[in-house]
Amino acid sequence: MSAGTLRIALVGNPNCGKTALFNQLTGGRQKVANYAGVTIERKEGRFTAPSGRVLQLLDLPGTYSFDVTSPDERITRDVLEGNYPGEAAPDLIVCVADATNLRLHLRFVLEVKRLGRPVVLALNMMDTARRRGITIDVPELQRRLGLPVVETVAVKRGGVRALIAQVDGEMPTAAPAQPDDAASRAGLHAQVRELMAATVVMPRATAQVDDALDRWALHPVFGLAILAVVMFLVFQAVYSVGKPITDAIGDGFDWLGAQAAALLPAGPLQSLVTDGLFGGLGTVLGFLPEILVLFLFILVLEESGYLPRAAFLLDRVMLSVGLTGRSFIPLLSSFACAIPGIMGTRSIQDPRDRLATILVAPLMTCSARLPVYALLIGAFIPARHVLGAFNLQGLVLFALYAAGILGAMAVGWVIKRIRRDRSEHALLMELPSYRLPHPRDVAIGLWERGSIFLKRLTGVILSLTVLMWFISTFPSPPAGASGPAIEYSIAGYLGRGLQYIFGPLGFNWQISLALIPAFAARETAVAALATVYAVGGEGGDLGQALTAHVSLASALSLLVWFAFAPQCMSTLAVIRRETNSWRNVAISFGYMFAVAYVASLLTYQIARWLT
Amino acid sequence: MRLSDLPKGAAAVVDRVDDAQANDPIAQRLRDLGFVAGEPVRLVAQGPLGADPLLIQIGSTRFALRRSEAARVAVRLKEQEAA
Ligand SMILES: Nc1nc2c(ncn2[C@@H]2O[C@H](COP(=O)(O)OP(=O)(O)OP(=O)(O)O)[C@@H](O)[C@H]2O)c(=O)[nH]1
Ligand SMILES: [Mg+2]
Repeated sequence: MSAGTLRIALVGNPNCGKTALFNQLTGGRQKVANYAGVTIERKEGRFTAPSGRVLQLLDLPGTYSFDVTSPDERITRDVLEGNYPGEAAPDLIVCVADATNLRLHLRFVLEVKRLGRPVVLALNMMDTARRRGITIDVPELQRRLGLPVVETVAVKRGGVRALIAQVDGEMPTAAPAQPDDAASRAGLHAQVRELMAATVVMPRATAQVDDALDRWALHPVFGLAILAVVMFLVFQAVYSVGKPITDAIGDGFDWLGAQAAALLPAGPLQSLVTDGLFGGLGTVLGFLPEILVLFLFILVLEESGYLPRAAFLLDRVMLSVGLTGRSFIPLLSSFACAIPGIMGTRSIQDPRDRLATILVAPLMTCSARLPVYALLIGAFIPARHVLGAFNLQGLVLFALYAAGILGAMAVGWVIKRIRRDRSEHALLMELPSYRLPHPRDVAIGLWERGSIFLKRLTGVILSLTVLMWFISTFPSPPAGASGPAIEYSIAGYLGRGLQYIFGPLGFNWQISLALIPAFAARETAVAALATVYAVGGEGGDLGQALTAHVSLASALSLLVWFAFAPQCMSTLAVIRRETNSWRNVAISFGYMFAVAYVASLLTYQIARWLT
Repeated sequence: MRLSDLPKGAAAVVDRVDDAQANDPIAQRLRDLGFVAGEPVRLVAQGPLGADPLLIQIGSTRFALRRSEAARVAVRLKEQEAA
């Protein structure tokens, strides 16, 4: 590390806009959302100040106090005190405070000041403060605090100019360090009150809109009804908006495949391009619209400030199944992908609640399951309307999401029964102000999600699909063989071997085989099935091939399998990293496999008996 | 009176936070969050099941607290609603 680089750390209470500032300064794209505990790791970036100096910037998890209660808060304290492994204390601390809530945030500013290091105070969200008629006497605040104070608007271009000028200029002198003991801490509140009385005028303690919205959103009856409607709309929209686009993309790829087939000489190469690439990858790519619709809703919900309200409404229910309201947000992000969901549990203080949340998070229906669900539902469930307005396919999709949630509740309940430690769990959660999402930020978020999906598609899914094509094509059948060629390939033998395990669940050898690459990425199951059926001579649409060869009972059983089975290596790896224990990985894998096997078995046998 | 006993919509003033056990981290966190003597608080909303958790407004902040957490906070009812 060059000695000349100034190292700056951004700290402050949760949700005050540190990451938004970080992104604005460095041009970074770290996650910003409207609830406490978004940032859970230390993130590094750099930017060049107008003077030409390169400044290194650290974004840190928000914390209410140095008396830490959760793993993410500990990171912040350790970095600031210079105890973080491999890192010296920062040269300059930029303490960020929400200008609309200084009563709470100034206390932490005073705590940071006592570290005895150079500190700059950034009063962020000045746009909202002004709109609400809050006036702050900045020169007076600066004089009383003895620190430079600048105003910022982290979400506007040019909103951080004053801060850049400040950190690029002369280094502020540090206040003398003070010991951190209980008695002196208690005095901080009195100091905040004095500061507030002398420098801040607030017409109202809270925003009028928040009060009005919360009257409905937190109402014991309407609140729950609104929550149910919001959740239901998300899943209906995923299906009804996404599906038509998916079909159009699928048709497009079929056409492209046909064109390519006409150009290439018949043989293995033609088969690889049409069956593997256009058939396999094209099918997976077709589900991008569903995934984007889902993410659109998640991004809007995250920025709106509604999620902590939902957590508030559901806390009691979640407590009764061994979780906590705080589990809600990590579990909701697991609908996108379990990996950020599991990492997000770092903001849960109670280690037992955290572990329970980690263990059930993979049961939430992640977006990688969506292609599989959409494929099977599209092929086997008639597109009818029931009860007038509801799309039957959408309802089945909703039921699968519900199965994941109910499964998680059941597992949470069992964990709660088993564990011996029954001491108290804390909630202590802040509800933020409501905010209108910026269309630009949502668009950027969607773009990022889309590119991650495409990277997965052209990386792991592509290689596995080519591999699947290879093992389904070679070796060629011996001379004089009577059955279909694919039965003599490696894939044929492997698939039939797997039937000993999966046969009772109603899976034919093609499906059993496709479950293997799904372990690396669930969506690959779709590409693998498409490849295997295409090589086996079933041209055209994968959905049609499936309806011709697979019974409804098997399809339902497969859906249930995907809802519960431990199918994602990366998730298991993250569980290992976050809990630092192979035992938890084994528990997680073991229970999910058992649940999936039993549930699929029951589904298949019952459905076969009924149909 | 305890914060958990406040009727909905009622305003009160914090007296102190009591530790439920020695070195109670929850009580300490409540103090850090501003539950200190003389601070006005208000019960804004209650959860739909068993009226739990509670939504408490203190200063400009709304905190969701479970009843057991709120029970650590001793409060005095405000006789006269100040604006
Ligand atoms: N109106 C307005 N909103 C802002 C401003 N800065 C941040 N926000 C919003 O405030 C919310 C929190 O922003 P983040 O940057 O995620 O906050 P953080 O401090 O990093 O939060 P944690 O990582 O949870 O500690 C988001 O909804 C932002 O869009 C600002 O200057 N003005
Ligand atoms: Mg952040």
